[in-house]
Amino acid sequence: MKIAIASGKGGTGKTTVAVNLALALGNAQLLDCDVEEPNCNLFLGFNLKKEEDVNITVPEVDSGKCTLCGKCAEFCQYNAIAKLPRSLMLFPKLCHGCGGCVLVCPENAIIEEKRSIGILEKGTSERFNIELLQGTLNIGEPMASPVIRQLKAHIDESTVAIIDSPPGTACPVIASVAEMDYCVLVTEPTPFGLNDLILAVDVVRQLDILFGVVINRHGLGDGRVEEYCQSEGVPILMKIPYDRKIAILYSKGIPFIEQMPVWKESFRGMYEDICKHVSCKGDF
Amino acid sequence: MKICVTASNSGFGAPVDPHFGRCGYFMFVDPGSMEFESIENRQVSASGGAGVQAAQQVIGKGIDVLITGSVGPNAFSLLLSEGVEIKAFSAGSVLEAIEAYRAGTLETIGAANSAGKSGV
Ligand code: SF4
Ligand code: SF4
Repeated sequence: MKIAIASGKGGTGKTTVAVNLALALGNAQLLDCDVEEPNCNLFLGFNLKKEEDVNITVPEVDSGKCTLCGKCAEFCQYNAIAKLPRSLMLFPKLCHGCGGCVLVCPENAIIEEKRSIGILEKGTSERFNIELLQGTLNIGEPMASPVIRQLKAHIDESTVAIIDSPPGTACPVIASVAEMDYCVLVTEPTPFGLNDLILAVDVVRQLDILFGVVINRHGLGDGRVEEYCQSEGVPILMKIPYDRKIAILYSKGIPFIEQMPVWKESFRGMYEDICKHVSCKGDF
Repeated sequence: MKICVTASNSGFGAPVDPHFGRCGYFMFVDPGSMEFESIENRQVSASGGAGVQAAQQVIGKGIDVLITGSVGPNAFSLLLSEGVEIKAFSAGSVLEAIEAYRAGTLETIGAANSAGKSGV
């Protein structure tokens, strides 16, 4: 079972839901796909060990062979190669590694070189019975998706994998949520929360992934998120109250199910609901 | 000598468009004869690397000076490597920009001054 935890904007409690769900289930994998700012481990404190580099291939030009015909620059739709009157200039950060320029070069002047854009790390602990896999994009690198895809290649299909997706609705979110069995959208009961939820619902519907909503800080705003879910037929999986104790545990970096065991049961119940939802493909 | 001014329309009366990569038009002007040519920027809506394309386009025209408001890092390094002088001007018409250049009152843009746009 592969479940993505996502939200239309940052700061809604997505990571809290991901961490607590993984801990409540135990024997699970937690994948932190928020590669620009991975923060699951703030709540877990695992010792992380580097697993591997994330490389993308970028072209390199042999200026001895290059005749400056300009075919590569013309071909590259990402404008990663510029042809100047007397030289070529490459912009590795614009390159998407499609390899097209290598194919179109009539002089075989372009070869592909590996460039590291981030790393994957893994952590376990004796205290918690889960495995954390974390991807980190190097600072200044623009492309998060290759790190996310490589992270997801480590999913063990025989267990439960919980993915903490990046916030928003852009490419890295799609890379995280794609091919999951289910997506949990975390939101807040405020007008902004509703607005971002509607955008996120649009994305998961387009990806054709089953989904439900967790309302965090319930009691804080108004009832419009719930009204929206009802009118759209979106199941509300859980409501986490706007509660002082939860907020304090959060600020101390403690997963709240650790000290509030009733919530462990609630998260397990949510998981069972998700399984039912998945097994009957939407007839919730 | 050839000057390129980024503009939001074609013609000397058009306002200068401060965004190099995403300007509407490039106005190529010979400040001696005031002969000009205006070319549409095909990259206005490019998803990334617009500045790189724009820089190739204007460098291909053999310009000596570029007058614009802001230039991203990739375009800046291309223009620099070709020895193009970059001058700042953002409020006024193309004609005013050329006159200010001739009067020597324009400041040089010595480093990329826009973040550019890239990413996936
Ligand atoms: S590999 Fe693709 S994206 Fe990269 S420079 Fe070549 S053509 Fe452009
Ligand atoms: S296609 Fe090959 S030969 Fe032509 S400009 Fe590019 S690298 Fe040089």
